[in-house]
Amino acid sequence: MWGIEVIFKGKNFLRLLGGLGTALQISLAAVLISIPLGILLGVLMAGKNPVIKAILRVYLDFIRIMPQLVLLFLVFFGTTKVWGWDLSGEVSSVIVFSMWGSAEMSDLVRGSLAAIPKHQYESAQSLGFTPWQTKIYIIIPQTIRRLIPLSINLITRMIKTTSLVLMIGVVEVLKVAQQIIEANRMTAPDAAFGVYLFVFVLYFAACFIPSLLARHLERKWS
Amino acid sequence: MKTRFKTIAAGLLLTLGIAGIASCSTTASAGNDGATATTTGAGSADTKVVYRTLDEIKASGTVNIGVFSDKNPFGYVDENGEYQGYDVYFAERIGKDLGVNINYVSTEAASRVEYLETGKVDIVLANFTVTEERAQKVDFALPYMNVALGVVSPDSRVITSLDDIGENDQVIVISGTTAETYLAANNPDIKLQKYDTYANAKNAFENGSGVAWANDNTEVIAFSLQNPGYTVGIPELGSQDTIAPAVSKGNETLLNWLNDEIKALGTENFFHADYEATLVDTYGLDYENSLVVEGGVVKQN
Repeated sequence: MWGIEVIFKGKNFLRLLGGLGTALQISLAAVLISIPLGILLGVLMAGKNPVIKAILRVYLDFIRIMPQLVLLFLVFFGTTKVWGWDLSGEVSSVIVFSMWGSAEMSDLVRGSLAAIPKHQYESAQSLGFTPWQTKIYIIIPQTIRRLIPLSINLITRMIKTTSLVLMIGVVEVLKVAQQIIEANRMTAPDAAFGVYLFVFVLYFAACFIPSLLARHLERKWS
Repeated sequence: MKTRFKTIAAGLLLTLGIAGIASCSTTASAGNDGATATTTGAGSADTKVVYRTLDEIKASGTVNIGVFSDKNPFGYVDENGEYQGYDVYFAERIGKDLGVNINYVSTEAASRVEYLETGKVDIVLANFTVTEERAQKVDFALPYMNVALGVVSPDSRVITSLDDIGENDQVIVISGTTAETYLAANNPDIKLQKYDTYANAKNAFENGSGVAWANDNTEVIAFSLQNPGYTVGIPELGSQDTIAPAVSKGNETLLNWLNDEIKALGTENFFHADYEATLVDTYGLDYENSLVVEGGVVKQN
């Protein structure tokens, strides 16, 4: 029914899972790089140095304006043309998603820090906390709590956007799905619905697990 | 102080915005004709050798071949994860005759030229139609297949010539295809009914809203074989284009080897065997001689 049977033909099922694995590996690597980098950049953006702030602002907006597909082409083909680097599709994807993730993350961190009311700092000071103690015991715990849902949202967006990497030759879950649909064009012309439905279930599972984790953490810390 | 930074930042952003829009339109055009390079480093690309010569490929033991992985029956991946199709059958032979392993790279129509311009693949064998515009950026070897336009119509009224189309008849085309541009330029009197997608055009044709459907001949032939009651009355219309392997611009050693290979394969009717192994299920035996180009020699009709 709906061409779901083609998913279980030959190695198709394992190929789809393998494709999801590729997508998740790229997103996981990018998340592991962009969260710490994003936090660092966010703290700098919330700081007082106007030059650093301006540079980071330009970086953030550059990454935001550029469609991810253009960034992928720039890193994958552009670096070869200009510097002769031969980056693989996977490495280029991790670079682009880390650039994007750290830019978005830095803005989330900046926003969360800015959202801490001024009286929190003043109360801490009047209770005799040093500036460092204020940051560690008062500001950071509150910021992290605000950041959890925002960063999970970013992570799920990153997972979903990995579907673009098929344009630079990385065979991830969506590309495998297209391959399966096309390979069965004659024998199962209506396979598209079933296969895409299955891809939907895979993406849903991949994005739902981090959401559950986030909900758990939020409840635990509130 | 603060406002000055805001002004500077705004200025920078505007510049970036324009750069961003410029890059967008570059990519968009790459998508449309499948053959536009991004402007990045175009100047330095001329001076640098990006490709690997024949000897370098042989020494490395692996040839990188760009193929489609989702264009059945030309290049696709079967349920066991193996590359298959008319292009792949030829690629396998190339690997065998070079004496090297093949690394297949899954390419998209829009990025085939870029892969060659950056040397990320040695050969593209992805249903690559030879056009003048593309030939400025890559080097095409001898052709191994023909493509032309075709017109399919119902058995009840088969259109065998464009003169059969009356002045109130409408012909279905898909927007942006060569069929649309060809008919609009050469037969402006014919009324066209345009659809954005293949599926919509197919539905409209099956519902009888047009007397005929014009598209790539491989597409209309496949349609008529899968759907009884329709005949391809005009199998070849307009200028005949060819499909050929392509290598990076200037890679003469590999290009010459490929040309010699295609000529040599002609003596054993290799591409007829390829057709019979990969395309016969889709196109039947009737079109073998009109679609296959053997030994790189295109027959003039």
